[in-house]
Formats: sequence, structure tokens, C-alpha cells
Amino acid sequence: MSRSIKPYGDTMNDGKVQLSFTLPIEWSEAADEAARQLVVKMGFEDVQVVEGRRIASGFSYFVVYASTPIAVDADTIKAPSAKTHAMSLEEIDAFVHEHIGRRIRIAGACIGTDAHTVGIDAILNMKGYKGDYGLERYHMFETFNLGSQVSVVDFVRFAKEHAIDALMASQVVTQKGSDIKNFTALAELLEAEGLRDRVVLICGGPRVTNLMASELGYDAGFGRGTVPSEVAAFVATTLAGMVHAGR
Amino acid sequence: MELRIDRTLVDRCRDRAAAIVAPVSDFIAAHSTVSVERSILRLLGVDGVGGEEIPVPNMIVDSLSADERARGVGAAFGRALAETGLQPRALGVELAAGRVTLSQFAATPDEAARGATRPFVEAALSRIRSRRVEREECLARLPQLPPPLLYVIVASGNIYEDRTAAVAAAEAGAQIIAVIRSTGQSLLDFVPFGPTTEGFGGTYATQENFRIMREALDEVSERLGRYVMLTNYASGLCMPEIATMAALERLDMLLNDSMYGILFRDINMKRTFVDQHFSRMLNAYSGIVINTGEDNYLTTADAVEQAPAVLASQIINEEFAHRAGMPDCQIGLGDAYEINPDLEDGFLYEVAQAQLARQIFPDAPLKYMPPTKHMTGDIFRGHLIDAMFNLTSVMTNQTIHLCGMLTEAIHTPFLGDRALSLENARYIMNTARHFGDEIALRPNGIIERRAQSVLADCEALLARVADMGLMHAIEAAAFADVSRPPDGGRGFEGVFARADDYWNPFEEALRVAQGDTSGPRGKALV
Repeated sequence: MSRSIKPYGDTMNDGKVQLSFTLPIEWSEAADEAARQLVVKMGFEDVQVVEGRRIASGFSYFVVYASTPIAVDADTIKAPSAKTHAMSLEEIDAFVHEHIGRRIRIAGACIGTDAHTVGIDAILNMKGYKGDYGLERYHMFETFNLGSQVSVVDFVRFAKEHAIDALMASQVVTQKGSDIKNFTALAELLEAEGLRDRVVLICGGPRVTNLMASELGYDAGFGRGTVPSEVAAFVATTLAGMVHAGR
Repeated sequence: MELRIDRTLVDRCRDRAAAIVAPVSDFIAAHSTVSVERSILRLLGVDGVGGEEIPVPNMIVDSLSADERARGVGAAFGRALAETGLQPRALGVELAAGRVTLSQFAATPDEAARGATRPFVEAALSRIRSRRVEREECLARLPQLPPPLLYVIVASGNIYEDRTAAVAAAEAGAQIIAVIRSTGQSLLDFVPFGPTTEGFGGTYATQENFRIMREALDEVSERLGRYVMLTNYASGLCMPEIATMAALERLDMLLNDSMYGILFRDINMKRTFVDQHFSRMLNAYSGIVINTGEDNYLTTADAVEQAPAVLASQIINEEFAHRAGMPDCQIGLGDAYEINPDLEDGFLYEVAQAQLARQIFPDAPLKYMPPTKHMTGDIFRGHLIDAMFNLTSVMTNQTIHLCGMLTEAIHTPFLGDRALSLENARYIMNTARHFGDEIALRPNGIIERRAQSVLADCEALLARVADMGLMHAIEAAAFADVSRPPDGGRGFEGVFARADDYWNPFEEALRVAQGDTSGPRGKALV
């Protein structure tokens, strides 16, 4: 059974998409044509350049509508979510009490040179995010917010010295792949220190996906819109599984 | 549009701020920092890097004994100038190479040291004055468009790419260009050297990068017939050195906050207070408009709750700036449009806060920052939120307007993002140019009541801080829910007490210059 889908404009399978981009070229009618041909070469059909104008000397901006001949089979696509165990704050506290029997020690940090603590604060701070209380509010979580610009070495040392159960690394800046480099360095250092199997390792940030996180060796990744209880539920159930398995 | 506010309450806020800042000023007057000392060397003309890319000013200051340092690098360096007869830059090279050491001239009398230093102090101040005159001439010949002045950031990490982006943004209507720094720079205790092409989330601030960007903006200013301003960041551990370089290379504005580094970068508070004071003395003299960082209170906590803290910080920043000799027209106090867009009447609260700042600081070139915290990958919604921000700014006569980017939460802006953002701002500000003048606020309505309650809560906060003392209040998390101890944080080891015979030749000269034109002075830049 397969379910082939295409973008939907106003008719099933019309494949309509909108694109906008800048070309490093002075605007002229030929520039519009260059934009059209570019989109045709991308494989689109029925290409219409609906807007083209100069935005600076030597640069033009275009808005284009086109149809794609490509479809995907929606039923074969897998992107596992880490947000499978929906529980409330009270349920999570009760779960941890029953299955782990002590408070979970969780540390969060913006690693590398990243100074954007908005994600880590949304998950850890009492106030939380979107009306969902942060982990500081949970009875069964002991939280350590290390803040911004924490080196991977310092983060791992902190985890060791404070017997941390779960590490949460955040990256907002993604320029030139700095987020991937930092995430990888953290996973590798934990591995080298022999700690990796003893902790829950998760990452977060607006560009993070769970799929990417698992490829980097993390237990889970949390992207945009994540609320604290989703992270708490994942950490609690994963740690309970580890405790059960005797790790 | 006018809010009815209690003027006696405003006066009381300012009295509280004076009481808060006075003891800190006493501390500042009795201390210096390694960064202040390195600024003195840079102003005298020392530059370049030695082995392992360590800047020469760092090598010299680090070579001082504790006793020498307590008397200030000016005296030790001045003795060497007197004895060697070298120019400061050449002397720096000799010191960095180890062919000369400052301690070998310990016997030289102070008077000889001061005498040998003075011509270079004069030369530095003359160079800064001429930069200031150049700016004033440019502004007279190439007038800016009326405020809100549209401000955009460039942040590729590569100064040459930044230059392309900055010129394009100027052509698309930008009037101020800020080169965002690489994310780690605020924590470096040295200023990198030369042109740089790699950085994360921004481009390193170096004197050569300043020069490259200023030159490009001067060219485009001539071509467009309006002066395009340049901004960077005098924050972090090298605050006064950046202020020095900015003065020498004719930057027009600098981000410079009295508490930002303490709260949000964990930089030691004593270091920050001493550094910001000398930075602001230089900024005052060079005609640079500072931009303070109150937006950070709103991005890290709830914007509705933090509104009184924003106003309190503005009033404290104003007091610190006045004490460093800055006139109101150079004090760009900050605020931001960060209220949750889902909140009913959130726009009314934003108008209340922005108009309150406008009325309390009528002569300050207020800096208004765009929504960032509630921006998502939904660029279409983001563009709408930015439009409401633009409307608030023009309605309330903000002066420096940092344009919001529809791709705020996604990437450092693309060239096309900046063009769309500038178009949004130009459209809204043109179509609603005199809207604020045409409307009256309903007496005792939602907006006026909100402004009054923010002012009252601000006064209460300032009273609490005045009772505790600023340093202890910061330790008790009175600002941004962040606690910082007076002797903790980065850079504390670089703070030291001044000896009785401490000498900072530039502080001395700048005091004299300020005395010559006492009281509010200087021509409004914007």
C-alpha cells in the first residue's frame, strides 16, 4: 500500500510550490528569464516568475510559482519522534518516584560559543514555555542550568562531578555547521570518558530533529515548539528503562 | 500622542538612580583594569601582534609587576618613551620582542615620563577630534533620512562578505549597519588583529575590520547622498579597547551597556563597571552614540513582567553615562518589542512602554529592538509581527530602529531577507509617518494605565536596589532573575586598585576636555 503525495495548490496533485530567492544580477527582463530558466532546471514545470525586482546594485529578488512533477510515498517515510510518552507534570513525578525512586539529576547547557540560552531556559526554568512548566518545577528533577558558552570539556566534567543522569545540549547558532561539530564533540567525549552508556544524552535547538540526533549518537533530539513535559517524559521513561536494564 | 505620567515619580526614579550609582562611581575612581590599561597603550599608538598572535598591548600590560600595574601602564611606558626616544608603536615592537623591558627604566622621574607621553596623548585626541569633525561634516553634507533610522545587521563571519551585504543593505534603505561579532568574542581578553574571514554567528571586531567597513560605507554614502552609520559592540572583556578602536576609525555608534555583560555573559561586575566608565568617557569625546542593551531583559524572561526592569535599567544606564560625561543626545537607551504575540492587547502594552521611554528621555536617541523571542520558522507570521513593531516605532518616535528579520529564528539574514525587512519598515513608516501626532490616548485607558503601573513598579524596584546597593542587588538577582557575586565571573583577575600615584593620561586629558564644555553638550547626531 503506498500513498503518493505532491504539494497541493488548489487541485489534488497540481504540485504547486512557491519559491523566492535572490540572484547576483542587475534586474532586467533578462534577469526574470534567468530566474525562470533556473527554476526549470531545478526540475519544475509551469514556471511563472510573478515578481522580480532590483534590491541592490547587482542583486535582484524573485518570487516564483511552479509545479513539481515529483511525488513521495508518504507511507514509507519514517521520522521517529521522541515525544511519544505524553504525560503531565504530576504523572511524570509519580512515574519517576515509582520507577526510579529518586530525583533525576539533569544538566543543560548551550555548548561551544553559542550564547543563545532561550531553548535551555524554556525547558529548565520554572516558568517553562507555552504554559507548560519547566523542569525546575518538578519535584522529581534536580536541575542544573549551566547557561551559555559552556565548553564540551567543562560540561562533561560537570556531569562527572555531579553524578548527572541526563545531559541536555542546546545549539541555536548553526552557521557553518558549528552545531553539528559541537554536538558530535560532546557525544565523542562522553564516549571517551566511558560515561555515554550511563547517561541520557539529548540535544535541542530550532534546527534539531530527532532523526539528526540519533544519527549523531544522541538518545533524542527536540526541535522547535518542544515543551518541557515532552523532554521530562522522555528522560524519565528512558532512564527508567536504563535502570531496569541495570545500567 | 501623550501619556499623562507623574513627573515627580520620574524625578524620584532619577534620584534613586543617582543614589544607586554614586557608590559604584567611588569604586570606579579607585580602580583600573587590564583592558583600560591596554586602551591607553592603543591610544598612544601601540598596535600589532607578537608571538602566538598575542596583541602587543596585552604583552606589555601582562609584563607589568603588580606594583607597576597599580601605578598604571602610562607611567611605565612613558619612562621608556623618555629614555629610548622611540615612537610608541616602535617601542611596542621592541618590548614585545623582549629587546627592551619597562622595568629597566624604573629610575626615570615621573615628570620625564609624563612629558614624553604628552605629545602622543595630544596626537591621539587630535585624531579622535578630527574623526568627529569628519562625521559632522558628512552629516551636514549627506543628511540622513528622518528617524526612525533603519538599522540592520550583517553577520557572515567574513568581513569581505559583510562589506558586500552592508553596501547592498544601504542601497535598500539601511541607515545604520551593525557588524555582529563572532559569538565568543565578548569572552576574549584580547582584541584579534587584522582582517578576519572566519567567525561564528558574526565577524570578529578588529581595528582593520572597522576600517574596511567604514571605507565601504563612506563610498556608498557618497553615492547615495546620505551618510550611512557604522556600529559595533563595546561590550565584553575588551570594552574600552573597542571604544578606542571605534573612536580612531570613526564608528558612529557602539553597543555599550552598564550591566549587560554582568548579567548575560557572566563578566565580573567590578570589571564591567570600571570598563564601561572609561569606554563612555571615550565615547563622549568621540561623539559616538551608545546603544544600551535592555532588550536582553525581555528575551530571557516574560516581557510584560520585565517592563519595569527595562525602565529601571534605562535610568541607571543614563546615570552612568552622565557621570562619564555623555550628553543625552549620545545615550541611545534600549527597549524591545518582545511581548507574546498571542497576548490580547499586547500591542497596546508595547505602545505604552515605547511612549513612556520617549517621554521620560525626550532627548535620547532611543534604540528600539525587534521581536526575536517569539519568532518561529513561520516567516509569514514573523513578517506581520515585524510590521506591528515598525508601526509602534514610528508612532512613538523611536530614533534607532533595528529592523526585524522574517527569518530571525532561522539563519543569520540573507541579503534578500534584509531587503524585505527594509521594505516592510519603509512602507509602514511612510504610510503612518505622522500617525502618532494625530491621535490622543484615552485618559486612564489601557495604554495610560499600563504606562503608569510600569513607572510605579520601576520606582519600587529602584528603591529596593538603592537600599541594597547595586552590587548586592545584582547578587540578589534583582535584575533579569540572574544572580552574580561581586567577586565572581570572568575577568575579575584583571581588576586592580589604583595606587596613590596612579596615572591614566587619557582620563586626565578627557576630564580637562569635558571641563571645558561642562553640562550637556555636543550636537545631536541623529
